Amino acid sequence: MAREIYQAIVDGILIGGVYALMAVGLTLIFGVLDIINIAQGILVVLGAYLSYGLAARLHIDLFVGLLITVPAMFVLGVAIQWSFIRPLRGRERTSMTLLVSYAIALIIEGILYEVAGPNVRELNAWYVTKSIHLFGFYLAYIYLFGFVMAVVLVLALYALLYRTGFGRSVRATMQDETAARLIGIDTNRVAALTFGIGVAVTAAGGMMFGATNGGFNPNSGYDLISRLLAIIILGGLGSIGGALAASVFMLTLQSLVDIWQPQWATAVFYAALVLVLLVRPTGFFGRAPVRAQ
Amino acid sequence: MGRKIPWLSRKAIAASAAAVLSAAMVASCSSSSSSSSSSSTTTTSSSPATKAPIVIGASLSLTGDFSTDGINYEDGYKLWASDVNASGGILGRQVELKILNDNSSPSQVVTNYQTLINTDHVDLTFGPFSSLLTTPADAVVARAGYAFVEGAGGAPTVFNSPPNVADHNIFDVSLPIADEMLPFVNYIKSLPASQRPTTAAYPMADDPFADPPVQLAQQMLSALGVKTVYSKIFPAEVADYKAPADQVAASGAQIVILGSTDVPTVAAFMQAFEQQHYTPKLFLCAAGPDQGSAFLSAVGKGNAIGMMVPNGWYPGFNDPASQKLITEYVAKYGGSASGVSADVAEAYSVGQVMAQAITATGGTDNAKIISYLHGNVTLASVQGPVKFDSLGENAVSDAFVFQWQTGDVFNQVLPATAAGSKTIIGTKPAWTS
Repeated sequence: MAREIYQAIVDGILIGGVYALMAVGLTLIFGVLDIINIAQGILVVLGAYLSYGLAARLHIDLFVGLLITVPAMFVLGVAIQWSFIRPLRGRERTSMTLLVSYAIALIIEGILYEVAGPNVRELNAWYVTKSIHLFGFYLAYIYLFGFVMAVVLVLALYALLYRTGFGRSVRATMQDETAARLIGIDTNRVAALTFGIGVAVTAAGGMMFGATNGGFNPNSGYDLISRLLAIIILGGLGSIGGALAASVFMLTLQSLVDIWQPQWATAVFYAALVLVLLVRPTGFFGRAPVRAQ
Repeated sequence: MGRKIPWLSRKAIAASAAAVLSAAMVASCSSSSSSSSSSSTTTTSSSPATKAPIVIGASLSLTGDFSTDGINYEDGYKLWASDVNASGGILGRQVELKILNDNSSPSQVVTNYQTLINTDHVDLTFGPFSSLLTTPADAVVARAGYAFVEGAGGAPTVFNSPPNVADHNIFDVSLPIADEMLPFVNYIKSLPASQRPTTAAYPMADDPFADPPVQLAQQMLSALGVKTVYSKIFPAEVADYKAPADQVAASGAQIVILGSTDVPTVAAFMQAFEQQHYTPKLFLCAAGPDQGSAFLSAVGKGNAIGMMVPNGWYPGFNDPASQKLITEYVAKYGGSASGVSADVAEAYSVGQVMAQAITATGGTDNAKIISYLHGNVTLASVQGPVKFDSLGENAVSDAFVFQWQTGDVFNQVLPATAAGSKTIIGTKPAWTS
């Protein structure tokens, strides 16, 4: 039994890395723009399809392919923000973004069905199925690489937000958009770029999702979105490090429950969210609201 | 990571929590439905001016979790309608299909059949894909007095549902699933004691189609002395299977019988097994390997070798009508014969059985059709003979086990003595990625 528990913990940590890659973009967008991006799930799937296209058609390695898919998704993110999100104004903006992002999800899903069809695709590379034997466990390279990428990505986003002028603009916009505009920050530009970055990092999550999920098709995003939202709320809305911590926590908890009763795993996933929020309403790393104006 | 990005209003937190709950409800209630809307596609052939077409309604999962199967079913229905119309229709009437998309959602499928029957006033109904959707759909169809001829609702829960027990209107042209793994159990039983596997694992998706045959196989293998080392049910909509698959690998079971509903579930288990350097001696899945080219493209041709699935039909079925169907399908949609999904034949069989009932009863009176189909008649289909018992199960279909073998061929292997069976690969080769 001890070995099963250790295995579950290892699995949870590694799978948590994959979920973190899918969730950081969502929490970044939420933190800066107050937008609940329901389209995050389908954007993950889109990222997987882009990686699939490069690997299958051009034989480009999955990780190398990110050099193409990340910028491409960035451009898409900016375009989505500019076209669909930016025009939303007023008191109902946050709730309206729910509907708009859901519509975006349906549009992208429809396009993917049209272009790629319903058949299941899977991303393959030598490291997807190979593993290394460490401490008595076989650790799949794809999960190890993914976890390292998740940590690096989180650190890079922190560096961007706290070590650059753009990051200062982002944080100023987050704290008080009106004040930021008054001191000369182009908040529309900040919003577009932030949305673009959030979508861009999702390309990495999409690649990992496609390589570890046993296959994906245009519909695969719908099982994801509720989990990703739970993760970013647990981590603290807008907290990038919190998304990583919450991913690891939730997936480890789920893996442990899987040992005894897999049917309870999903329920425990959400029960944990409720319990944590009862004790700490702002999640692991969330702060008291400072945006109230 | 000392500083964190701050903070949002309580209103935003509440809104996001509501979003989580909403999304969770969508995921759980709809088996990952993609939307609540339905779309309509109609296949119409040139209708003779003198006779109205026979309009047949069906709800299919053109998007959502079952979309691969649903689209295969659509191909099968359309291929049948095309063939019928090309030969002059039924009783001189052309066939018109009205197909609505249910997004793999048990609630949407109910709405769709209500629309088809109460708004569109279709003459007849064909079934949706999966037992999960057939049961709720029949509540509507039975209430309206329609015959419900279907090919993918073979779970015991379908036949024993209250509407069907009361109205006896379901007719499943395919193999009832409860006993479908018996050829595999008998194969294990036939092995000399020294060669018989001693341990087995039974991971199952929580689905009315996937679980019953696996549980019956577990019960029978246990009686043969095959020790159960893993037997758990996981949620059907679970997004990642690595943890349960790793547990199965850690068990070292010689036999794995996976209660799967689709290709991704099987592919995820195969991937995790390979990562864990674990290859079961025998690997049987409730569904997935029967998906032809969709399965091969997802798992790879090398890894597919040795994978098994029970069913009542396969592309190599030595029947003239079946071979004609294969030829037509490949000509229309491309690919190879081995890549044709069993879904296509199941759907085509639904049409064939309904056509014979219409012809025999002289029209589209559903009461007469129900009575006729329960009249102990044996009907022909591309899957073989069809004869319904009192609850609409196909009482004369035979269960086979099929296996992917070298050369990308999908062969019937069990029962070993059955006509057309090839030699089973008794030990699955190591993974080849």
